[in-house]
Amino acid sequence: MALLQISEPGQSLDPHQRRVAVGIDLGTTHSLVAAVRHGVAECLPDAQGRVILPSVVRYTDPAQGGAGRQIGYEALAAQVDDPANTVSSVKRLMGRSRAQVVDVDKLPYRVLDDGGMAVIDTVAGRKTPMEVSAEILATLRFRAEDSFDDELYGAVITVPAYFDDAQRQATKDAAQLAGINVLRLINEPTAAAIAYGLDNGSEGIYAVYDLGGGTFDISILRLTQGVFEVLATGGDSALGGDDYDQALAGWVLRQQGVDAVPDASARAVLQREVRRIKETLSGADSAVFQVSLGGQTIEQTVTAADFETCTAELTARTLSAVRKVLRDAGVRRDEVQGVVLVGGSTRMPVVRRAVGEFFGRDPLVNLNPDEVVALGAAIQANALAGNSRAGDLLLLDVIPLSLGIETMGGLVERIVPRNSTIPTARAQDFTTYQDGQTALALHVVQGERDLVADCRSLARFTLRGIPPMAAGAARIRVTFTVDADGLLSVSAREQGSGVEARIEVKPAYGLSDEQIAAMLQDSFATAQQDMQARALVEARVDADRMLVATRSALAADGDLLSAAEREAIDALMQGLAQVAKEGTASEVEAATEALAKGTEAFAARRMNRGIQHALAGRKIEEI
Amino acid sequence: MNLQSNDFEIFGLAPAFALDRAQLDERWKALQREAHPDRHVAADARTQRQAMQWSVRINEAYQRLKDPIRRAAYLCELHGVPVDAERNTHMPPAFLMQQLQWREALEEASSLDALEDMADDVAGARARMIEQARCLADEQHDFGGLAGQVRALMFVERFSRDIEKRIDQLGQ
Repeated sequence: MALLQISEPGQSLDPHQRRVAVGIDLGTTHSLVAAVRHGVAECLPDAQGRVILPSVVRYTDPAQGGAGRQIGYEALAAQVDDPANTVSSVKRLMGRSRAQVVDVDKLPYRVLDDGGMAVIDTVAGRKTPMEVSAEILATLRFRAEDSFDDELYGAVITVPAYFDDAQRQATKDAAQLAGINVLRLINEPTAAAIAYGLDNGSEGIYAVYDLGGGTFDISILRLTQGVFEVLATGGDSALGGDDYDQALAGWVLRQQGVDAVPDASARAVLQREVRRIKETLSGADSAVFQVSLGGQTIEQTVTAADFETCTAELTARTLSAVRKVLRDAGVRRDEVQGVVLVGGSTRMPVVRRAVGEFFGRDPLVNLNPDEVVALGAAIQANALAGNSRAGDLLLLDVIPLSLGIETMGGLVERIVPRNSTIPTARAQDFTTYQDGQTALALHVVQGERDLVADCRSLARFTLRGIPPMAAGAARIRVTFTVDADGLLSVSAREQGSGVEARIEVKPAYGLSDEQIAAMLQDSFATAQQDMQARALVEARVDADRMLVATRSALAADGDLLSAAEREAIDALMQGLAQVAKEGTASEVEAATEALAKGTEAFAARRMNRGIQHALAGRKIEEI
Repeated sequence: MNLQSNDFEIFGLAPAFALDRAQLDERWKALQREAHPDRHVAADARTQRQAMQWSVRINEAYQRLKDPIRRAAYLCELHGVPVDAERNTHMPPAFLMQQLQWREALEEASSLDALEDMADDVAGARARMIEQARCLADEQHDFGGLAGQVRALMFVERFSRDIEKRIDQLGQ
């Protein structure tokens, strides 16, 4: 029997307030969920004791009945028999159109284009990459809820640092489909640094080299007193262990004089054998490749040297990205105090050796490279949920790619440069091109190249209603705001007339709120639940959150209020507490909104006081 | 203090060109510990928006203060002498001569060594100009002069970037 826990007075949160917050590593080949339990981050196992969930979803024919899908190991086992309906490496499709997916024709399943978004054609219908990812996320969510026997408060989900806005948005949409409250999206290398940094109490400059199944990230961080400051980040969102597999498969086939692989099933067989050889070579000098393809048996000895030769170009590509990011960070390679290896693909001796030689020091590998990202995300989730003592951990991350606007002639005017610390806002003034012009089309792009055609198109919107003026007389201020998740919103305002337009940047490949709502209607997460009941539960949770936040704000800074102001807030709180017990969802929402509105000025005063206190105790120079 | 306070006020620093970078970095982190949205995840939406605005404002001030040229331009603006680099392109003839010589030298430089020597020369010139900027701001309080110096420094910055681009093209 579990013993009841009693906290020391005034030390920690009331056990009822302790929130279940997890870190989720949504990986290309596999995914994990981790949480802080009894002060230690650990990965949560499934009922069979396995922490890894293969990022594979198999869809079955709805006419056959059954659950309609298999997820994880079950799906992985079905890959050879049913490659067309078994979706793996879906992360490569997130936030992408079909044309943007590298080697899309080599995937064992069929990818179609649906209005600029890559979708997968399965026996159960077309599936968006977000829906497939949501299946994986929901499985991990249920695993966490079973482990704690409690509802999930929220999750920190990791994304490759090099993910652009569309890919991040797609990840957030997937989490929403899975019914997960996203506390924060954080970058995978940053998460790994947290897991290492807090463990070793390190200070100084660190490099995180993260080679996953389908993505490569490199980040340079400075650690000081619990602050993780990302100096620069870079990488390649379409380079990973899968490419090493492909290179090896190509090499074997060339050695054997095989020109083409007969079908998808053969490809799956080949892929599995290539992976086995790669893993064997991590511990041995040679391995024998053996498969039967369409009745023909292929046998080929592969030495570690062969493997190194046929993948050398890939490793060199990662190192050239490392050089670039060091330049961006303004850091010499001998200033780097430690190199952290993350991602299953860094188990390959060729990679370890190349990274070690480049930095002139042995990389740190004492944490399991498969788990380290999820562990770091769990530590951050725990801190964000308010479970850990305040003040010990702060992440200052950056955006990986520059953001800009298309100007005349298809050129890019950069507005937010890459490696800017987030959250950030930048503004730039533009003007009209023709006399009497009353509208201005804005095209938002992401990337480092000078030509729009070479950058990623994120969104287009139009500012209308500009009063007719001579060309060049209007002054249109375009403001880019990037939030702490690295997501962008853009607004435009004509300064003279005050005409305004703004959009959350929802790329064409993302989902609209209506689409998400429609998908939620028929999704697994809510299938058994009455939507109305769910709305009421959510409204009550929000009301409760608002009440708890207001109560603790009053306890801390109640002195900022006059007696009358205090009375007004107390009345709103009582009203909300009452309505939350017996009201309908919309009544509870209205009362929550009333309290939020009634405390707005108080919130602003509190924040100003907090900022002033931040530098208290330091000498404020005479002004 | 509020969101409209100037950069120096937010960082509790005297409005001067000379600045202790370690102190600036330390204060930036202390301020973000208070304001960063991660510190307010459980708060209500309005507090979160306030936190976002403060965090953005602190980052903006930090970016401006840590870069000597942007800091100098900001000081000019605070003293009512905007740098106005787009319209005001007036430069002393001697400075323009030197620019021409540098540009010619960059055209002719063909080896990595020559480019790196040039980069060192330009970095030296930049450091001397920044020291002059400090003098104009903190000792002579000549903000008109400082604005001119900022415009000259912007030229030098652009030229340094051009050298780096050439080094990138040749190296790697």
